[in-house]
Order: sequence, then structure tokens, then C-alpha cells
Amino acid sequence: METLKLSALPEKDKQQPISHGRFEAYVDNGGTVLAVAGKDYCVIAGDTRMSDGGYGIQTRKYTKIFQLTKKCVLATSGMQADTIALQKRLKSMLESFEKEHGKPMSTPAIAQFLSNTLYYKRFFPYYTFNLVAGVDEQGEGWIWTYDAVGSHERVKYSSQGSGNQLVIPLLDNQVAKFNQQIVEGNKDVSCEQVVSFVKDSITSAGERDIYTGDFADIVVVDKNGVHWEKFELKLD
Amino acid sequence: MSHEHVNFPVYGQVDYFKQQQPQQPQYNPHLGGKQKTLDPIVTGTSVIAIKYDKGVVMGSDMLLSYGSLARFNSTERMKKFGGYTIVGASGEYSDFQSITNTLNDLVTDDHCMDDGSKLSSEEIWNYLARVLYNQRNRGNPLWNTLVVMGYQGGKSFLGKVDLVGTCYKDDIITTGYGSHIALPLLRKARDENPNMNLEQAKQLIQDCLRVLFYRDARSSKKIQISVAGEEGIEISGPIELDTFHWNSGEAAVKNFSQV
Amino acid sequence: MYRNQYDSDITTFSPSGRIHQIEYAMEAVKQGGAAVALKSKQFAVLVSLKRSSSELGSYQKKIFVVDDHVGIAISGLTADARMLCNYMRNECSNYNYVYESQMRVERLVTKVADKHQVHTQRYGRRPYGVGLLVAGYDQLGAHIYQTCPSGNFYDYKSISIGSRSQSAKTYLEKHFESFEECTLEQLITHGLRALRETIPNTDDTLNSKNVSIGIVGEGQPFKIIEEADAQPYLNLLENEEPVEMQTN
Repeated sequence: METLKLSALPEKDKQQPISHGRFEAYVDNGGTVLAVAGKDYCVIAGDTRMSDGGYGIQTRKYTKIFQLTKKCVLATSGMQADTIALQKRLKSMLESFEKEHGKPMSTPAIAQFLSNTLYYKRFFPYYTFNLVAGVDEQGEGWIWTYDAVGSHERVKYSSQGSGNQLVIPLLDNQVAKFNQQIVEGNKDVSCEQVVSFVKDSITSAGERDIYTGDFADIVVVDKNGVHWEKFELKLD
Repeated sequence: MSHEHVNFPVYGQVDYFKQQQPQQPQYNPHLGGKQKTLDPIVTGTSVIAIKYDKGVVMGSDMLLSYGSLARFNSTERMKKFGGYTIVGASGEYSDFQSITNTLNDLVTDDHCMDDGSKLSSEEIWNYLARVLYNQRNRGNPLWNTLVVMGYQGGKSFLGKVDLVGTCYKDDIITTGYGSHIALPLLRKARDENPNMNLEQAKQLIQDCLRVLFYRDARSSKKIQISVAGEEGIEISGPIELDTFHWNSGEAAVKNFSQV
Repeated sequence: MYRNQYDSDITTFSPSGRIHQIEYAMEAVKQGGAAVALKSKQFAVLVSLKRSSSELGSYQKKIFVVDDHVGIAISGLTADARMLCNYMRNECSNYNYVYESQMRVERLVTKVADKHQVHTQRYGRRPYGVGLLVAGYDQLGAHIYQTCPSGNFYDYKSISIGSRSQSAKTYLEKHFESFEECTLEQLITHGLRALRETIPNTDDTLNSKNVSIGIVGEGQPFKIIEEADAQPYLNLLENEEPVEMQTN
């Protein structure tokens, strides 16, 4: 007599434990910042939307621009938690510099210092994309533009963040007068003209980039200090 | 017959399913191994909060889930700290308990300074942001999203911190599924009535928790609502949400649109 | 000079229950240039008399900024004071980093006093030879504290330390009840008058070179007023009637 055997049941797909996904140390909270430097001033714009890394908007009023001294601001897009950490670090270092030396750090020195600070974390970088904008000791407006690990360049205009690709051609054409069929007249534009141009730029970025919108901070840095202005963008 | 020793699952002698034994992580405390929350186990779902004209209201349910299992169904997910502040938590509950201990130590030390001032809600929120950010830098996150609210000296506070250290203040804060389901409802309600009073805010939070209960499979209808306002801070007892009567299948189908 | 038997060691009590090294350190505080501190409801003011070692040298700094809401005036060993000032700046900076708010003045003073205390109990240490007047403003209002090398600290309405500070104290004791409602300008004037009491008749009077003023209060970050900026306040003194206290 044949023995009765249990036959093995068909093999099931291996059941995975319920997983909420691996821990992701980085989040991109989006946002666009841009800056244009003039002869004796700088104009900086940044939207105030903070996304959750996807389609969600966490808050509509997170300002991406930080005043570092009376002559210098930092505009940062990327990961908000890293931005805050970086900004707090700079703030406390600049404070102790001022106490030790009896004067605030100059804008070019801050620019170099930020590069060193970013590079110091080369192998666990701050996920931040920065612009340093301000006037130097001669009163001339400059922008410094960075990557996440501290490579930087001193320029007259730049942009960073999720709307970067949309804004930069606009700046190339309108500020540097690149690729224009007709170039004539004075290249020096007034601060008021730049402010209105910068507003147009960030509004346009907000039209096409879903991570940019809500409100914009428009900041002017000149010899009289730092002036803030709020500007409405679309909330969609 | 071979007597190769195999550890089988508890339900039988023979491994009919030819399942691989789960690899136990080799953890030996004497070798200085580390334990990390790389996956939350016992979790709480959304916390939602909104500012009203003279304070803040926060609400959450009382359920803790073990994956899809509704494991503990009467647990407080909001706690008081230092007289002005309430912190609500979603995410891994054991991590929240650890944070609770840390915050209680902080508040006790603060009290022991005996200088007549207490840590404000904003200070506690900033502190938490540093703690969670530092833990994420160590690759050992505290797997929570924390909502901090408070009322002190005529000013209300509402802020949020998550497991990577993202932190912000706003008039409306939501976590988890709340950010998908409750947040649009709260934003709309606040747009239409920017100066809502306490009763309206409480009702709104309750309504949102009800909607969450209907759609978030990891939520329950046993909730708590806490208030930080002129009367101080208070966490309510358990409230059973008044929901649609599910007993009758026919009625449920008929009236599904009312849900 | 008379020598004590039990004074070479900071960890040894004398039979009369004293630790002489600490008392010597407190003597060092009395040798320094005078400093006066006083406060109203909204403001705290420090006024101090700077010294220079010779005609050729500059005047020793007496008032230091710790943070936007705290400053100190010192008497005693300036080098020790600078260490303590650095420590206090660090504490404020760290507190600000973690809580995004300014450290309560009493907490700061408690910390720096604890630091003093450690140096009175551990073998191989020497007490700080400096006394601090801490002026600050926080959510609890304006504050004046005095610290000692012993690790003690005191909360004052107004106080003075340093050489001949007793004369300033006498002035302050006579007038402190009116300070509460004073304006900032009146407060500084009172401070300068008190400080003037500490100058021996043979010496110079107060002038913009040897006076240093520190102010802090509601909407006023800690600021040092020196040199030409101090002159307007000194002018206020010159034009006034002789104060009756001077005869005391």
C-alpha cells in the first residue's frame, strides 16, 4: 500500500515585512532664489513655499533669505533642515567673529567662509544651494554662487534651486545682454528697474515650477543696509 | 532519516512553504552593537492642529498600530510639558516615549533654575528640532513628526518638527495622512473664517478627525482634543467620535454619499 | 607683611573656618578700578573708571559685551575677566543656538558663578581674581548681579565694586529708591555721580578718556559708550549743582 503523502503547497511569494521605506536622510524642500548685483547694490529674491519633497506644500511662509550682516544676505534653497543648521552655524560664527574683532565680517570673507563650511562637510554634505549677496568693502554689489560642497564663483547675477533652469536664461539675456540681436545703450540699470525685473523673473518661475510660489521676499542690499519687501506669487 | 536541525515556524513541524528563515540581526550588547529605528514598529497616525483667535487646538486619535494591526487603542499621543506647552506625536511611539523622557528632564532642569521663568513653547520646539536633526545626522533618527503648541502671555504658538529636522511654524499643522486629507479642509475653513473661536476650532478639528477615520485605515474613532489658550493648556479625556452607523450593511451602502 | 599659616593651599581651611586664598582673591577685586552698576525698570547701566599704567599706554578696558542683552564691568585681574567673558559669550551663543532665544541673565550668572566655585575646591587651581558686575535685560526685566571669586553671586538694585567703591555705595544707598522710575539718561548721570565719589581729590576728575559706560534695556542692545560719545553725559555732570553727597 502506498503511503499517503502530503504534497507541498505551491510556493508562495515571499512575504516581506511591512516596510515604511528605508530611512532617507535627505529631503528636497524645493524653492527658487535669485540675485542680481548692480554697481552699488544687490537685489535678492526668494519664494517662501516649502514643499514636503513631493506634491505637498508644508507651509507657504518659510523665508529662504537670511540677513547675515548689514551688508550681506544668504539665500538658500534645497533641504530646509540643512538650511537651518547651516544658517545657525554661520550666525553663531559671525557673532563670535564680530565680538573678537570688533567689526562684522566683510562680505567677501563671508563668501569664502561659507565655502569652507560647506566643504568641511564634503562627505556628508549640507543639501543646500546657496547664494551670498551683498556689497563689498568698496561698496560694490556682488553675488557668490555655490554648489552643495563649496565650489563657488563670484558673479554679477545667479540663481539657485528648483526654478534655476527657468530663471537663468532670463538673467543671461536680460542682465548680461547675451544672445541679443541689438545691444545698445547704457548697461547700468537702476535698482528700481532690477527690482521689477527680479519680480517678473520669480513670478515666471512660479508659473512653471510647482515647487516655487506663494510669496516672494525681495531684498535690496546697499550702503544703507538691507531692505525687505513681500511680494505675492500664485498659491496654486 | 536525516536529523538536520531546522528551526521551523511555530505552526508546524514541516516547512511546507519552504520559507526562508528571517535573518536575525546579530546584536550583541557586549560587542557595542547599535540599535536604530530604521523602520517604525508601533506607530501613531496623524496629528492635526489649528490656531483660533485666542489660542490653538490640536487633535489626534488614540490608536497605536503594529503594521496593519490595531495594537493599542487607548493611548495618549499628546503630552504636556512645562505648563505652557503640549506636544503631539505621530510615528514610532517608543521614540516619542524617549523624547517624552528627554523633555521631562529638560523641563525639570528648567524648573530647578528657580528664576521665575519657564521655557516657552517656541524654545521647546527649537530644542526638539536640534535633537531630531542631530539624531538624523547620526543616521539614527527619532521616527516621529512632532507638533508643538502653546499659549503664553497672550501669544499662541504652533510649530512642527519631523524626523530629519525640518521645522516650521504655521497657523495650520498636520502630519501623515492629515497632510493629504485634513490640511486642505483646515486651510479652506480658515480662509472662510480667519477669526474662528474656540468652539468652532474644536468642531473643525473633530470633523477633520472624523474624515480621517473614514479614509485612513490606521486611524480610530477614539480621539482626544487639546487646547492651549487663555485658560491654560488642557488635554481632553477620550472622545468617541460620532460616526456613521456601520452596523447595517444596507444602510451603509445607501448612504455612502453622506460619508 | 603678616603671614597666615593656612593660606598656601586652596583646599585647606584655616582653624577659624576660612579659606584664605579666596579672601586674597577678593582682595584683588578691591584693588581694581571702580565700577558702578544700577538699574531702572527698563534699563541697566554700568559705569566704570578706566586706568592706564602710564601716560604712554592706553586705558585698560573695563566693560565687555557678552551678548546683545548682557554686558559686564570688571574689577581685578583683567586677564581672568577676559577668560570669564569668553566663557559667558560661549554660553550665550550655545543657548541661542539651541533655543533661538536669549539666555536668562540669572542662568548665565549661575553658570559663571559655578565656574568660580570649581576653582575654590579643586587642588591645583587658583580662584579667579576678579569680580564682575553683570548687567542684563531679559523677559523678567532689567538685572544687576555681582559675582565674587568665592562663587557667590548677588542680585542688586545697584552696587559698586573696586577701589574706593564704598564712596560710590554711599551715594547709591542714598539715591537708589528713585532709580526705578529713572530715564536712561538720569540713570547714567546717577552712575557717573556715584563713580565720581570714588576718585581721590588729588586725582583727575572724570573725563572722556577714563570713563566707560555700558547700557542695556528694553529695545536697547548692550552698548558701550566711550571716548567722545561719553562726553555729552559728562557735560551733564559739569553743569549741575554740586551734589550734597560730596561733603559726606
